[in-house]
Amino acid sequence: MTASEIEKIFRDEAGRALATLIRLVGDFDLAEDALQDAIAVALERWPAGEVPDNPRAWLVNVAKHKAIDRIRRQIAFRGKQQALVHELELNAQAADEPPAMLDDDMLRLIFTCCHPAFAPEVQVALTLRTVCGLSTAQVARAFLIGEDAMAQRLVRAKQKIRLAGIPYEVPERDTLVARLDGVLAVIYLVFTEGYVATSGADLMRPDLAAEAIRLGRLLDRLMPDRTGIRGLLALMLLHDARRAGRETAAGDIVLLEEQDRTRWDHAQIAEGLRLVDDALRVPGRPQPYAVQAAIAALHARAPSYEHTDWPQIAGLYEVLLRISPSPVVELNHAAAVSMVDGPARALDLVDAIAARGGLGGYELLPAVRADLLRRLGRKDEARAAYRAATEATQLEPLRRLYARRTREME
Amino acid sequence: MQYLLMIYQNEAEYAKIDTGTTQKMSAEYEAFTQGIIQNGNFKAGDRLRPTTTATTVRVRDGKTLTTDGPFAETREQLGGYYLIEAKDLDTAIEIASRIPSARVGSIEVRPIWVYDK
Repeated sequence: MTASEIEKIFRDEAGRALATLIRLVGDFDLAEDALQDAIAVALERWPAGEVPDNPRAWLVNVAKHKAIDRIRRQIAFRGKQQALVHELELNAQAADEPPAMLDDDMLRLIFTCCHPAFAPEVQVALTLRTVCGLSTAQVARAFLIGEDAMAQRLVRAKQKIRLAGIPYEVPERDTLVARLDGVLAVIYLVFTEGYVATSGADLMRPDLAAEAIRLGRLLDRLMPDRTGIRGLLALMLLHDARRAGRETAAGDIVLLEEQDRTRWDHAQIAEGLRLVDDALRVPGRPQPYAVQAAIAALHARAPSYEHTDWPQIAGLYEVLLRISPSPVVELNHAAAVSMVDGPARALDLVDAIAARGGLGGYELLPAVRADLLRRLGRKDEARAAYRAATEATQLEPLRRLYARRTREME
Repeated sequence: MQYLLMIYQNEAEYAKIDTGTTQKMSAEYEAFTQGIIQNGNFKAGDRLRPTTTATTVRVRDGKTLTTDGPFAETREQLGGYYLIEAKDLDTAIEIASRIPSARVGSIEVRPIWVYDK
């Protein structure tokens, strides 16, 4: 077996193996250390041809024994009675676990990492590290902070799980809906950072978008009766399907109106469209992710920018404004209105949002204003707005886009 | 596990509330306390006198220094506590959310430090 094949197995199985180990040994750190031990053994044996039929079961089993070794060493050092009891319990457990139990472990891990007792950025970091199996260095890069600082954040979070008694379980029915919303928010946060990065040289971070989609698929499979998940998965698939069209080889932004639509991933669009239909068919109040996915679906289906169903898009944004209002939705609504009623009407809406305040440093407001002013031929004001937009962003490709727009007006 | 639920509320605003409302609040507290006693979650709980009665004590270089007032000036003040037994943080949060003051103030939930035996 080649190194890259082994790497792929670790990537696919490590999160699930860890989820089961945490339940078995009852401790995040011990489970992680034991899994690392098992991976080290695998790296010794697997390249030589000794590959197990069920790599995950193998990893769990070897790691379990490594955990027992570690507990024994602890007992030798500190003579802890409790640890001894735990060892006996561990030994008594059967080696083979039913598959349903393993799925439950993964759900437990997701809900624990996305517990509302953690700040949102901690939820994202814990999820990327333990559920997605990213290394601490990779998670640190996702947050644009140093590896030491991220390691410390993760250590503190895992300490809090243990010391504050954050349960390792799927929440009860009466809190499940609210807690699931929190999990979806974490997945969406990971995705949006992958779709348009906050700062840096690259517009997109496809690795983060891919992780978010992987999480969405996993959750959809584990909880197929929860339609909120399907709406989010559809939204992510449809947005991500346009990836190849969204930037030039040099890393410059290609706007939606300029994109070569044959470069979009049409197989992924088809999958997204099927999921949107599913998510929208649910009776009752429409789900915000499903409505956003429906908007993405209209873009994905449109033969061109001009032949896009803008009135329906503007209408769907109005639905969103009712069910989950936010300044970001208001701005998007205004942009859609500009395609239906013209930029002057949209500019009134944007200026009303700005006058009300509350958007703070939200960087897209000056960008949307600049675009509307440019289309109205109000060049001086447009130039000023592009300057404001440039100052408001830390993303290099966006700065280059605003510079290009300013040049094009000369 | 044991948790300390610390009840923070703005004293100045609470002092302005009419008697009818405070009586209703007291009745709610009574019912809440009885409820967690019956469920076996209650270990202890008290209401505190306002921070105007507080004295803060420090010992420096062997000398005891006292100051008038609470340790820190904050927008909401510690006004009472419950010590509870709960199986995990979710249970503790659920109990904390039923404390009548949670609707106007804040409840800080802290696990009790347990030393290894």
